Amino acid sequence: MNGLAEILIMLLMLTNFRLLGSSRLPACISTVAFQAVLLGAITLTTAGWRLSPWVIILTASTLAVKGVLLPALLRKAVRDVGISREIQPFVGFGTSVLLGAVLLSVCFIISRPFLDSAASEQSRMLIPGAMFTIMSGMFIIITRKKALTQVLGYLAMENGIYAFGTSLAVEAPFLVEIGMLLDVFVAVFVMGIVIYRINQEFDHMDTHKLTELRD
Amino acid sequence: MNGYWAVFLLPAAGAIILFLTRKNRVIGPVLMASALIHFAAVAYLLSTGYDPAAGSWICPDPPGKLFLAITSGLFLATAGYTTGFLRRDREKHPRRNDTNYAGCLLLFLSSMSLACTSGHLGLYWVAIEATTLASAPLITLHHTPRSLEAVWKYLLICSAGIAIALLGIFFLATAAGEGAGDMTIQGLLGNAGSMDLVWLKASFILLLVGFGTKTGLAPVHTWLPDAHSEAPSMVSALLSGALLNCAFLGILRGHSICAAAGMGDFSGGLLMIFGILSMLTAGVFMIRQTDYKRMLAYSSIEHMGIIALGTGAGGLAAAGAMLHTVTHSAAKGLLFLTAGKLVWMYDTKKISAVRGIMSFDPVTGVFWLGGILAVAGTPPFGVFMSEFIVLKGLLEKQQPLSVVLYLISLAFVFVAMTRLVIPMSFGRPSGNRQRPEAGKGDHSILGPAALALTLLTAGLFIPASLWKVFTRIAAFMGGSGL
Amino acid sequence: MIQSMVHVLLALISAPLLQGVINRVKAFFGGRRGQPLLQPYFDMIRLLRKGAVYGNTTTWIFRISSLAAAAGPAAILALLPLGRVPAMLSFNGDMIVLVYMLAAVRFLMVLGAMDTGSSFEGMGASREVLLAALSEVAFMLCLAALAAAAGSFSLSGVYREMDTFGPVSVMSATVLLILLLSENCRIPVDDPRTHLELTMIHEVMVLDHCGIDLCLIQYGSALKLWVFSALFSGICFPFAGRSLWADLLAGLAGVFATAVVTGVIESTMARIRMKRLPEMLSLASVLALTAFLWEILV
Repeated sequence: MNGLAEILIMLLMLTNFRLLGSSRLPACISTVAFQAVLLGAITLTTAGWRLSPWVIILTASTLAVKGVLLPALLRKAVRDVGISREIQPFVGFGTSVLLGAVLLSVCFIISRPFLDSAASEQSRMLIPGAMFTIMSGMFIIITRKKALTQVLGYLAMENGIYAFGTSLAVEAPFLVEIGMLLDVFVAVFVMGIVIYRINQEFDHMDTHKLTELRD
Repeated sequence: MNGYWAVFLLPAAGAIILFLTRKNRVIGPVLMASALIHFAAVAYLLSTGYDPAAGSWICPDPPGKLFLAITSGLFLATAGYTTGFLRRDREKHPRRNDTNYAGCLLLFLSSMSLACTSGHLGLYWVAIEATTLASAPLITLHHTPRSLEAVWKYLLICSAGIAIALLGIFFLATAAGEGAGDMTIQGLLGNAGSMDLVWLKASFILLLVGFGTKTGLAPVHTWLPDAHSEAPSMVSALLSGALLNCAFLGILRGHSICAAAGMGDFSGGLLMIFGILSMLTAGVFMIRQTDYKRMLAYSSIEHMGIIALGTGAGGLAAAGAMLHTVTHSAAKGLLFLTAGKLVWMYDTKKISAVRGIMSFDPVTGVFWLGGILAVAGTPPFGVFMSEFIVLKGLLEKQQPLSVVLYLISLAFVFVAMTRLVIPMSFGRPSGNRQRPEAGKGDHSILGPAALALTLLTAGLFIPASLWKVFTRIAAFMGGSGL
Repeated sequence: MIQSMVHVLLALISAPLLQGVINRVKAFFGGRRGQPLLQPYFDMIRLLRKGAVYGNTTTWIFRISSLAAAAGPAAILALLPLGRVPAMLSFNGDMIVLVYMLAAVRFLMVLGAMDTGSSFEGMGASREVLLAALSEVAFMLCLAALAAAAGSFSLSGVYREMDTFGPVSVMSATVLLILLLSENCRIPVDDPRTHLELTMIHEVMVLDHCGIDLCLIQYGSALKLWVFSALFSGICFPFAGRSLWADLLAGLAGVFATAVVTGVIESTMARIRMKRLPEMLSLASVLALTAFLWEILV
C-alpha cells in the first residue's frame, strides 16, 4: 500500500511532463483525464482504512466528472472545431519540458520545510507533486495559444489544487466538495461553449490573435 | 433553514421559471417581480435584525449583510432598465429568445446573494465561482468578436484566480490545524489565536491574489476593462457595483482572520500596497482612453483600490471604505445605466464621437456629467464624503506616504475623467443620434434617479444608525468577531 | 569473489548469445523460425578468417578504434555487478569510471570514423555524439539517484541494496531501459537491420571496418549490451537468494530476460523519427532528474 501511493504520486508528476511536451490536443486531454484517475486512486490509498461512504461517493463522482465527462466534452469540442494540434506555442515543447524539470526542482526545494505538515506518511511526496501540477497548469495557461489548451491548463491547475487538499487532508463538508466539482464541470462546459462561439466567429482558436481590446 | 435561504433561493426559482417557460413576454414580469421580492426580503431581514444561529452555513456577517443590501438595491435599480433594453434589442434581432439570458441574470443575482450570506468559506468559494459562470454568458449578448474576446479573458483569468484562492482556503484550513474541521467564518475567527502563522501568511497572500483577481486589484485586473466595457450596460453596472464587492468579501474575511490572529499589520499592509497600486494603474490608463465605458471600468479599478486601501489601514479608514462601497456602487450604477442610454442614443462607445449630450437630452446630460463628477470625488456627493473619511482615517493612522499617493492618484483620475467627459457633455450634438421615444424609455429613468438620489443624500447626510453599521463592520474587520 | 570471476567469464563467452536471443524473439514475432541462436558467433568466426582492407586515408587511429571498441567494454565487465553478485573490482566512484570508460570508447570510435574521411561516417559520428551528449546526462543522473537511494557510491553497493520497488527504482529502471535501447542501437532509436546509410546512427560509423576489426567491434557491442542488460536487470528483477551462486544464476536469468524484453520492444515498436530522438532522450533526463530529486528529499 505504501509503495503504491508513492508510485501513483510519481506517475502524477510524470503526467505533467507529458502535458508540457505534447502538441497533440487529444493526447493532452487524455493526460488530464489520467491525472484525475490518479488523484482518485491516491485519495483512496492515502485514506487507508478510514474510508467512509462519503469519501467513496466523492471519489467516484470526481472520477466520473473529471475522468470521463469532461474529457468527452473536450474531445467533442476538438472534433467540432477541427483543430487537433497546438502549433508554435510561445515556449517550444522541448523547452517547456526542460523548464518543467526546473520547476520540479524548485517545487522540491520549496516544499522541504512543509513536508512535515502532510497528513500522512504516504502523502508526503504529494505536496511537491501537487505544487508541480499547479505550476505546470499555470505555465500552460500562460504559454499556449490555443484556447482549448488553456482550458486543459486550468483543469491541470484544478487537479493540482485538489491534490494539495488531499495531501493536507483538508476535510471540506461533502456538499461543499460536490459544489466545487460542479463548479469545475460547469466552468469547463461554459468554456467549451465560448470556444465554439469563438471558432464560429473567428474561424480559429488562437487566443493570442484576440487583440482588439487593448489600451 | 433560516430566513436568509430565501434570499438566494428566490432568484434561482425565478430563473427556473424562465428556463421552463421559454416565452419572451414572461421576462419582464418575472425579472421585476424577482427584483422587488428580493429587495423586500433583504430589507425585511436586515431591518428586523434577524440573526441566524451562529455557525450555520447561511449566516451573513456584518460586511456580508451590507454587500447583500447593495446588491439587492442595485439589481432593483437595473431591473427596469433591463426589461426595456432587452425589448429594444429584440427589435433589431427579432425572434431571439432571451429567456436564457434573463435566467442567467437571475442566477447571477442568486449566486451573489449566496456569496454574501454564506457563513462557510468553502460555500463562499463555490458561490463566487458560480457568479463567474453565471455572468459569463451575460457579457456576450450578440456574440460579437470583441465581446467573445472579453468573455474568454474574463472566464480564464477569473477562474484561474479563484482556483488560487481555493488553494489559499486549503492553506487556511492547514493553518487552523486541529480545528480544521470547522471552516465556518465564525469557527475560523474563534480559532485564529491558535493558528500556525506561516501557513496563515501564505494563505492570506493566496487569498489576496486569488480574490483580488476577481475584485479587479492591480496587477491582476487585466480582464476588467474588457469585460465591463463589452457587456451590456446593466450587466456592467451589476459587475462593477455588486460583483466586485462580493469578491472583496473574501479578502475582507481573510484580513479579519489575520487580524484576529495578531497579524493585522501584515495583511493590512499588503492590502494598502495593492490598493495604491490599483489607484495609480487606473489613473495612468485612464488618461488616454478612447472608449467611455472602458473609462468607467478603470474607474471601478480605482475605487476598489480605495476600498482596499481603507480596509488595510483600519479604524476610521475602514469605516470610510465601507461607506465607499455603498457610494461607489450607487455612482457606478448610475453611470453605467446612463452610458447605456448614450450607447443607444449615439450608437457608439467612442468618446470622440459623442458630443453635446446636454443640449440633446438634458436629463441624460445631467446624470452623465453629475455622475462623473460624483465618481471623481466632487462634493456634495457621497463619494467625496467616503473618500474624505478614508483620508482622515489614513491621517489618523499616520501613513504619510499612502496619503500622498492617495491624493496624487485621486487628482490624476479627476483630471483624466473630466478632461474626457466635459467635451462630451457640451457643444453641439454630433453624429447619428436618435432621440429615445418618450413612452418606451420612461421607466429607465427611475433606476438612475433613485441611485442619484442615494448618492446625493449620502453626501449630505448620513444617519447615525447607518454610521454605526459601518463602524461595526470596521470593528469586525479588526478581528473582534460579531 | 569467485562468483564475480565466473560472471566475467560467462559474460565474455555468452555476450553474443544475447544478440542471438533478441534476433530469435524478433523472428518469433515475425512468424518466422529465425537465425540459429549461435549465429552471432558464426558471423564473428567468419569475419576472423577474412583479411582486413584499410583505406588510404586511414591512420593508426583507425586501427586502434576497433581494439578500443572491444577492450573497453571488456574492462568494464570488471566493474559490473550482477544483481547481488559484486563486481570483481569495486571502489567508491566506480560508476563514474564506467560512464567515462564508455565515453572514451565512443570517443575513439568517433575519431576512427572521422579518420576515414568519408561523409557517411562523419554523419554517423555527429549523430552518435549528439545522442551521447543527451544520454550521458540521463545516465549520470540515474546513477546519482541510485547512489543516493542506496547510500553508496559504488555500483556493487548500490545493487546489493536494491530490494524495494519504489518510485525511484521504477524511474531508474525506465531510464536504464531507454539508455539500453539508445546505446545499443536498438529500435526505437536505431534499426540494426537497416541497410540505408542515411537512417543509421551507430552502424554507419563502422562502414569501413572489415575483417578482424569488424569482428572486434561486433564483439564489443555485444559486451556493451551485456553491461546495460546487467544494469537494467539488477533493478528490474532484484533477487536475494540464499547464496551467491543462486544470485548469480538469477542474475544471468535476468540478463537474458532483459534480452527477451528488448526483443519484444523491438518487435512491437517502430523506429522514432530522427528529429524526435533528442526529445526522447531529454525525457529520459527528466525522468532521471525526478528520480534524483525524489531521492534527495525523502
